[in-house]
Amino acid sequence: MSRRARWVVFWLGGLGVAVLFVLAVLRLPEFGGLVHPYRDLSVPAAMGRSSPNVVSSINFDQRALDTLGEETILLGSVVGAAALLRPSKDEKEQLAKEEGRVLEATKLLGYLLLPVTLILGADVVTHGHLTPGGGFQGGVVLATGLHLLYVAGSYRMLRRLRPVSWYEMAEAAGAGAFVVLGFVGLFLAGSFLANVLPWGTLGDLFSSGSVFALNVAVGAEVTSGVVVLLARFLAQALSVREVK
Amino acid sequence: MNLLPYLVAGWLLLIGCFGVVRSRDLIHTVVCVAIAQSGTYVLLLGIGFQRGASAPVQGAPGAVVDPVVQALTLTDIVVSATVTALLLALVIQISKRAGTVDPDELDELRG
Amino acid sequence: MNPLLLVAFVLVAAGATVVVFTREPSRQAVTLGVYGILLTLLFVLLQAPDVALSQVAVGSAVVPLMVLLAVRKVRGGKR
Repeated sequence: MSRRARWVVFWLGGLGVAVLFVLAVLRLPEFGGLVHPYRDLSVPAAMGRSSPNVVSSINFDQRALDTLGEETILLGSVVGAAALLRPSKDEKEQLAKEEGRVLEATKLLGYLLLPVTLILGADVVTHGHLTPGGGFQGGVVLATGLHLLYVAGSYRMLRRLRPVSWYEMAEAAGAGAFVVLGFVGLFLAGSFLANVLPWGTLGDLFSSGSVFALNVAVGAEVTSGVVVLLARFLAQALSVREVK
Repeated sequence: MNLLPYLVAGWLLLIGCFGVVRSRDLIHTVVCVAIAQSGTYVLLLGIGFQRGASAPVQGAPGAVVDPVVQALTLTDIVVSATVTALLLALVIQISKRAGTVDPDELDELRG
Repeated sequence: MNPLLLVAFVLVAAGATVVVFTREPSRQAVTLGVYGILLTLLFVLLQAPDVALSQVAVGSAVVPLMVLLAVRKVRGGKR
């Protein structure tokens, strides 16, 4: 399509969407209003199942099947991107001899922050049913934390500490664990992803039944997914060269 | 004034699409798609907000905001990051094969 | 409406506009990171700590980093 035709299509379509959008918005409930029917149903349900963080309860208990779908999109995108970024036949990995110079202070900060971020990430994953957090957020924090090693200037060390094939396996294991927990629910309680573990006391670490286990499974999957993605991008940008 | 949150969400969608059409670099295009998608976060959280209510974690006094839309937005954000990664990987492949990431030049190559 | 919320909404709309009008993708990675932080602030004000947590990690670190690396790869290939 020529540039001109593209603009004509955009202005017609954009204008149409804008008009329809404003018409729809005029009939939406008022911003900040008091009517929230879903809230009124989901909050008592979460409390009844000992998960004080209602968002986690919705993601991993009340709407767990939906999360399985989301998780599958995640898995599919990571596998697709990793396959596209694999070095092709006429490419080879070569590490530059000299690594760029990094300020000592930056290095120190990177090394100091690394353990702190990893602990923080693990904490966010495991307490997801109690405080804000969970597998999705904690997983991203963990994966980002690991890459502080790159900021600290040590791409070689990062490569040694991060055997990508392990993370690929961990990702598959995380996704698989979610499905297995789903079938456990199917066989023990009669419905897929039913919450079968004991609910425990409100506020304990091991409470809220399957939410804790599913959180850890998703945490493993998101951590390894993001690690695999960043690893492939780093390799493509830094070390994969075409050989003629 | 109460329409502002919804209008901001619509603006994000349209400005993102505008960027896609205007783009001369496929990486720029992918970023604009991510911007358009962020409109959904603002719309969802805007609908679930309640004036004076607190976050949906137990122990908060009084009413809480709608946690269902927050759960939707949360997974949306993480999934959108991996989809952006997939699109960027496609752009890298295109640049390897065609030697350019300008959509107009790519059109000429094909034609 | 709470004036703080009002400011946050306007900043998010302005931030998105700046990102779209940044032509150079390597600079866009920076503006995208800033936009991610603006969105995080908005989510905190909308009482969504869970969402803000995932936005701050994804929107201000992971995605801009991937954009930068993609730019480096694509530009490197041209030389």
